[in-house]
Amino acid sequence: MKRAFPILAVLTVALLCYGLYQALWVAPTEKTMGDVQRIFYYHVPSAWTAGVLFLVNFLASIAYLMSRNPKADALAVAAAEVGVVFCTIVLVTGPIWARPVWGIWWTWDLRLTLTLVLWLIYVSYLLLRRFSTSGQTPVMAAVLAIFGTLDIPLVYFSIWFFRTQHPQPVIGGGGSIDPRMLHAFFVNLIAFTCFGALICWARYRLEVLRREVEETQALESLLEPRSAR
Amino acid sequence: MSYLYAAYIITWVIHIAYMGTLVRRYRQLRQEMEDLKRR
Amino acid sequence: MGKPSLIGITRATLLKDLRLEWRSKDAINSMLFFALLVVVIFSFSFDPTAEESRRIAGGLVWVSFLFAAVVALNQTWARELRNQVLDAYRVSPAPANSLFMAKSVGNFVFVAVLEALMTPLFIVFYNLRAAGPAYQLLIVAVLGTWALVVNGTFFAAISLRTRSREIMLPLLLFPISIPALLAMVEATSSILTGEFSARFWIVLLVAYDVVFTMASLFLFELVLHAE
Repeated sequence: MKRAFPILAVLTVALLCYGLYQALWVAPTEKTMGDVQRIFYYHVPSAWTAGVLFLVNFLASIAYLMSRNPKADALAVAAAEVGVVFCTIVLVTGPIWARPVWGIWWTWDLRLTLTLVLWLIYVSYLLLRRFSTSGQTPVMAAVLAIFGTLDIPLVYFSIWFFRTQHPQPVIGGGGSIDPRMLHAFFVNLIAFTCFGALICWARYRLEVLRREVEETQALESLLEPRSAR
Repeated sequence: MSYLYAAYIITWVIHIAYMGTLVRRYRQLRQEMEDLKRR
Repeated sequence: MGKPSLIGITRATLLKDLRLEWRSKDAINSMLFFALLVVVIFSFSFDPTAEESRRIAGGLVWVSFLFAAVVALNQTWARELRNQVLDAYRVSPAPANSLFMAKSVGNFVFVAVLEALMTPLFIVFYNLRAAGPAYQLLIVAVLGTWALVVNGTFFAAISLRTRSREIMLPLLLFPISIPALLAMVEATSSILTGEFSARFWIVLLVAYDVVFTMASLFLFELVLHAE
């Protein structure tokens, strides 16, 4: 299992480079938006990866509540943190795309707003984990993750209806789709998914190590007074 | 298009910064583990 | 004596809470004054014409209700914590749900009273008059307040064991309440301006309330027993 990590790392780097090449050189320039449209090849795969990671967090949270296996909790934290990183990238590249195309930095575009709310929910999740003084933080965090995930369909519908009543510009919609564009898109999609999985795995191992250190520290502090006597 | 490059560059800046924090935390923990084992 | 019923325990706890609030009065008075201040400050900051005011009043009213609700919610669990009542609940055979329902309904009454007092002030300051069906405003108020209170009570319980407890509650509550807040504000604006039907938003609020009331009842036990 340990050997799989470097193999995945090499594969991911290769895919990312190939994806970059595809996005910047091979894919044709889009008719209406021009070269700026190429942000799409990074913006959407990042959003997809963030979504996958948040789904992993949801499943890991449920698994933790049912089994109380600390590994499930470690995975939940890792997935949430890395998910927030990818989510941040979506929120940053979105406006960078919108500005030259629409002349505005922000719009209550459905996907962008949904991403913002997701980002807020998971940042609050990470804050809870950091500020909680309870011994049962993983339980409460898992409960929060479930609440957050239940919220998502409601967020989607509320924004969707809000937009039908107050029409807003759509980021990334429209434009022509050339098969070479689809190819570039899918390469980057797979590349970023692998990248997300890789970083999540790294973060997971970090978390497991952190817990080991904590347990060893606790053990040491228990044993020390006795050996001093 | 400078916007395009800005988007790509900032994406990787964020990723590299995050990976940097992972490496730093990993090193810290390894160090702590060594200290504990030595005691 | 048979096993006490869920409703019976809920009612008993609720009445106890309400009685305590009424007797102490310190919380109520400070809350009332806070609510008044919020209305006045908002009126200073946003001084629209009659036409505009109907469009933005929904947002203003609900944001101020939200702030008042957060202050109220932070209070309610603090009292339990002071008197170690929570430990007694954990040990008793009463189901955790009854405690949660009692607390939620108590908070709901509390916040509803605040809203009832703030609303006439808003009507006065903004010369509000509903162009659409006004009775729907009451439905939106009830559904919206419950949405805030049910999640607020739950997250207040989670925030008990955190550093910076008072700020943790809004940090957790606001993001998850976004669809409900959007619905409340849009519904209120729709009814006041009479431009759109508020039906979709009301249905959304009902869905939100159902989902999160069930989730809270289902998961509260875990939170209560988290040391």
